[in-house]
Amino acid sequence: MIDENQNIGSFLSPSLPSKDGMGLSGLQLFAELVTQLGTSTKTNDKLQSLVDYFATAPDADKVWVIAIFSGRRPRRVVNSRLMREWCTEIINIPDWLFDESYHTVGDLSETLALLLPETKNETQVNESLSYYLEKFIAIEKEDELIKKYFIVNSWNEMNHDERFVFNKLITGSFRIGVSQKTIVNALAKTVDLSASVIAHRISGNWDPVTTSFNELLSESVSISDFSKPYPFYLAYAIDDDVETLGETDLWQAEWKWDGIRGQVIKRNNELFVWSRGEELMTDKFPEYFILKDLLPDGVVLDGEIIPAMDGKPLPFSVLQTRIGRKNIGKKQLQEAPISFFAYDLLEYNYEDWREKSLTERRKKLEETIIPIKNNAIQISEIIQFTSWNELAELRKNSRKMNSEGIMLKRKDSVYKVGRKRGDWWKWKIDPLVIDCVMVYAQKGSGRRSNLYTDYTFAVKDGDQLVTFTKAYSGLTDKEFAQVDHFVKRNSIEKFGPVRTVKPELVFEIAFEGIAASNRHKSGVALRFPRMNRWRKDKTVDEINTMDDLKEMLKMYGK
Amino acid sequence: MERAVITHGHSDHARFGNQFYLCHKFTKPILQLRLGDNYYQTVEWNETINMNGVKISLHPAGHIIGSSQIRLEYNNEVWVVSGDYKTEDDGISGKFEPIKCNAFITESTFGLPIYKWKPQQEIYDDIINWIVRNKEKGKASILLAYSLGKAQRVLQAIKETTETIFAHGAIFNMQQTLIDAGWDLNPVVRITPETPKELLKETVIIAPPGAESTSWMKKFYPYSIGVCSGWMQVRGNVRRRNVDAGFALSDHADWHGLLESVKATGAEKVFVTHGFQSAFSRYLNEENIAFSAEVKTQYGNEDEETTTSPNLSEREELSRY
Repeated sequence: MIDENQNIGSFLSPSLPSKDGMGLSGLQLFAELVTQLGTSTKTNDKLQSLVDYFATAPDADKVWVIAIFSGRRPRRVVNSRLMREWCTEIINIPDWLFDESYHTVGDLSETLALLLPETKNETQVNESLSYYLEKFIAIEKEDELIKKYFIVNSWNEMNHDERFVFNKLITGSFRIGVSQKTIVNALAKTVDLSASVIAHRISGNWDPVTTSFNELLSESVSISDFSKPYPFYLAYAIDDDVETLGETDLWQAEWKWDGIRGQVIKRNNELFVWSRGEELMTDKFPEYFILKDLLPDGVVLDGEIIPAMDGKPLPFSVLQTRIGRKNIGKKQLQEAPISFFAYDLLEYNYEDWREKSLTERRKKLEETIIPIKNNAIQISEIIQFTSWNELAELRKNSRKMNSEGIMLKRKDSVYKVGRKRGDWWKWKIDPLVIDCVMVYAQKGSGRRSNLYTDYTFAVKDGDQLVTFTKAYSGLTDKEFAQVDHFVKRNSIEKFGPVRTVKPELVFEIAFEGIAASNRHKSGVALRFPRMNRWRKDKTVDEINTMDDLKEMLKMYGK
Repeated sequence: MERAVITHGHSDHARFGNQFYLCHKFTKPILQLRLGDNYYQTVEWNETINMNGVKISLHPAGHIIGSSQIRLEYNNEVWVVSGDYKTEDDGISGKFEPIKCNAFITESTFGLPIYKWKPQQEIYDDIINWIVRNKEKGKASILLAYSLGKAQRVLQAIKETTETIFAHGAIFNMQQTLIDAGWDLNPVVRITPETPKELLKETVIIAPPGAESTSWMKKFYPYSIGVCSGWMQVRGNVRRRNVDAGFALSDHADWHGLLESVKATGAEKVFVTHGFQSAFSRYLNEENIAFSAEVKTQYGNEDEETTTSPNLSEREELSRY
């Protein structure tokens, strides 16, 4: 039966010829998709573009599109320095002019596509998307000259849009505002599977080179990849109007931990640890290896990857000493021991528990975790409360607990996919704030190209200004345009892309935490800094001082 | 100022408050519309006027209707002020001609090699295809184009696609002024509060950039918005404008246009203003094309093709209709 299904599938959409009925090659179809996704402003239009794409593109290309848009791309074959070298060689312009162009465009792939000369004769790109991606893999280990030959020749055959996506495939991620949710919904209109099943199928550890579209999204295949995580359920923020949630006993409250959201999976007697960014992190945290022996088989836990000592979480800055490290030494294991704060159970005995109520899942979670007496895992405690006022009081202790606030989850809620309103809420504490002045500005990228949107801020230290943080977000487009206008007219000096600006504009910076740092001139590092308000009512004389910052470090610093 | 020689009618190049204005005869009706009654002296292209021993003449710049370069000659030394210019002949603005001179003051709005325009016919075809696709989807096409210059060009380009083209009051007034002045241009139908919604279904509407995201747009729903501007060459700008389509149609010279023009003047000194002056000027020096320096001017702050929000003059214009 299964064989027959697959035959029909491959008969309906043959994957050999790379052109569709419109005479467009696989790469052209993909370039068109990227253009449409990049310019359409409505989610529904994006969805429709994807649905159309999945209806016409070759199967192998579809698999790659799913892979690319969910962050699975082949390793980079060449670095961007070489690509710009080859480009400036072809068009014969000085390096500084390339830099000027790049800072104006804000995107390397697009800069290259705009600078390269028009193709002379009407050459046609006949290849599919998968052809290029597999070619990248094939030449990965080859000499630089072979890579150059392939890339320069490809450029010569392509028009602007094709070059743009081709360069993007080599250099980096496609940031075109398509969420995983939109991809999943588009696929749900293409194949006869539910959105949550698709989300699960396309997550985890699969290789677009060896996986066919049919294997990935077949309507009759059971899980064969034991590592596969479930899509995370994410909460929306709620403000101080928690009373609107109704009766308190419908709700379960927990601390909101400031670590990395993760899933611990034990299946087939193997252990897998996934981050929310769908990165497989098992090897990064040797502390967890023992869980392979301690957890029952066929279990998936949702929780927080967080450093902790004696059951108490340590600040995020401690976790940062572990992230990005290839080799973990004794010192890190001693000073930043990692634990898993489990707060949900998604699979038990190989059975998907997501449709059961939180109360049921919690009960099973406690039964499973509490008997394990090991520093590598603990249960995220439930906060007992009888009124919203009482909870609001308890919330004030968040910072002391190294927590970001409180999570509220409806006791009868099922475990959903993605960010959904209604059943789960995060009730975060108010951020810390400081008034400071903008001193440097740099142009942004993407939709902020050629606009000064990335700023560095300073506080006063006697007569001096000391820089202490950067921030890029928090202003409206209109405010950014106004600040951009100011920067262009009040620059003092230019250092490459950075301009020093007359210290005049005052901003309130909000941040989630503060820690001592010897990497910064000011001696502090902020967590999640962003522009909370443009204090047009304040002058540079009224901003906060280095002493204020040190005081904050003393009070809240970790 | 007592005397002002005007290159063209855009608000950053033609200001209030001068006593005598000298301009090309095609520019006069535009200045009258925008600056009201003043003392205007008009000339033809290549007609020479003597002022305190300086020979002054105007020459086509190809930017918009009436746009001119200013040639100044004194003691056998010739200086040329380009104003804004484009090298491609659009059929209505006159054909740009480079003028031999000792010193050339050039604009540089698009003075980076990333700006290379497609031939205008290709862009017109893109616009027409876009309109056709919108119609198929039951949508109106709203084209955002500055009332003076871009609007006339776009209107000429798309006149075959639709019988009636609707326009915002700002566009209508400018178009009508030019038609009254004797230009053979496509008339447009002015949209008023009384224009019935049904009449506008699947039509083409031309509006100034500032009309975007105002309640004036509601009437046309469902619609697709396209912007015609050289800045649309870069994707980030299209996305930032949050529009459905961007057409890189410009009334300024692109990188090659600027370079070729500078070379054709034979000028030994080139002053660069209005745009990417530092980059363009540095390039001219390094490549030994000319001795060059940047000049700061007020131009461009209110130019039609600024990337940010609608400029002051445009806002004024909108509030009048």
